[in-house]
Amino acid sequence: MYNYLSGGFSAYLYRDLLLGIRNKTDLVKPLIFFLLISALVPLAIAPEAERLAQLAPGIIWILAVLATLLSVERLFSDDLQDGSLEQMLLSPNMLILPILGKIAAHWLMIGLPLTLLSPLIGIWFSLPVVAVIPMILSLALGTAVLSLIGAVGAALTLPRQGGVLLALLVMPLYMPVLIFGSATIQSAVDGLDWTAPLAILAAFLAIAIALCPLAINAGLRLAKNG
Amino acid sequence: MNLHLQWTWFHRLGSPRWFYQKTQRWLPWLSFIMLSLLVAGLVWGLAYAPPDAKQGNSFRIIYVHVPASVVALAGYYLMAIAGAVGLIWRIKLSYMLMRSAAPIGAALTFIALVTGAIWGKPTWGAYWVWDARITSMLILLFLYIGVMALRHTYSSHEAADKASAILGLVGMVNVPIIYKSVDWWQTLHQPATIKFTGAPSMHPDMFMPLVVMIVGFYAFYAVSLILFTRAEILRREYRASWVKQLVTDKLAEK
Repeated sequence: MYNYLSGGFSAYLYRDLLLGIRNKTDLVKPLIFFLLISALVPLAIAPEAERLAQLAPGIIWILAVLATLLSVERLFSDDLQDGSLEQMLLSPNMLILPILGKIAAHWLMIGLPLTLLSPLIGIWFSLPVVAVIPMILSLALGTAVLSLIGAVGAALTLPRQGGVLLALLVMPLYMPVLIFGSATIQSAVDGLDWTAPLAILAAFLAIAIALCPLAINAGLRLAKNG
Repeated sequence: MNLHLQWTWFHRLGSPRWFYQKTQRWLPWLSFIMLSLLVAGLVWGLAYAPPDAKQGNSFRIIYVHVPASVVALAGYYLMAIAGAVGLIWRIKLSYMLMRSAAPIGAALTFIALVTGAIWGKPTWGAYWVWDARITSMLILLFLYIGVMALRHTYSSHEAADKASAILGLVGMVNVPIIYKSVDWWQTLHQPATIKFTGAPSMHPDMFMPLVVMIVGFYAFYAVSLILFTRAEILRREYRASWVKQLVTDKLAEK
């Protein structure tokens, strides 16, 4: 019996990264969105450093959620259109590792750049310096969870390609990540222990890595047939 | 052989026709139980239970609000478990139950939110407070609507059923996480200004009608679920000979 879990991770990671690098616009769009909306916030609220610093943890996390949501829709739809998804699904095995490879590529191209950009947003919003490291760590872990959960929604809504439905499915599931992500930054700002909410984010990531690929696998197979 | 015998009930249970014919006989009884419980609970709760020491008579909305919330939450689990049973044993009937459970659960969640808002105004001075339970109920409503909306993504019943079942299961894993997160979030942001009277600390004169109402709401849920599922069975099985027979019999009666 063929090993159900072996193979495919690095192949799909490499393939998706390569595709991403060659189609740079798709890569850059969520980042530009992230920066643009961040620039709108002070205009809409007030350019006072104190007020912005108060709102910063929440706003940064809301923007991270929206940017992931924007990009996750494309995770499987391009593959469906050019037929490569069907190739992937020809395998009789569970596609745990190929799926994780694709999601890892998505995180490297969306979550990681967002994480690296976040200090800039922190400066814009006058976020205290003590909160920068917690912000980076929480975004790094949290955006990975967002990619995984978002991929479940993307797989289930594949026949109609996401849109508002994807947001409807995924947003309630994003709530815990949003709560603990912004709590990590907020705790650091307030001078509290920020490792506890960060540890919970890490636990979410562990659960999501274990369970999401199962749902995605089932969803993709449905999308092909239905 | 023995194993086979033991499981026949399970497979019979999965037959839409069997369900349709059995529930025909159950429905009058269930409806009677539901009506008597709801009427008794409402009259007891609204007219005879003593007014609350602090909230006066406005607390009486609890007799609708709490049962609706309890059943709405339990309904999500019922829906997800029905979906899982469908996925595992490929039982058509359990998909039909799952599909029927979604709109009923969403409606109950909505009732819980609205009665909560109406109750909130005299009690907290605001229709909406970002209290942990209210927020969780709002998220539950979105989860229900998501399951209902996902159906329209798929052209075939079968794929739509499976997709909804998967989403229901994902939601089931998440519901406790969401509840705990929201609890934690609430204690982080707001000091516990809002304290519900916990059930055990309620006086039995107030608590007993609530128990009657909760059981009554479960009965109401069962009746609605059966009615919705029967309609769903007819909709999906309209090609089956027994459904055709049923329709000709009905027409002949007229």
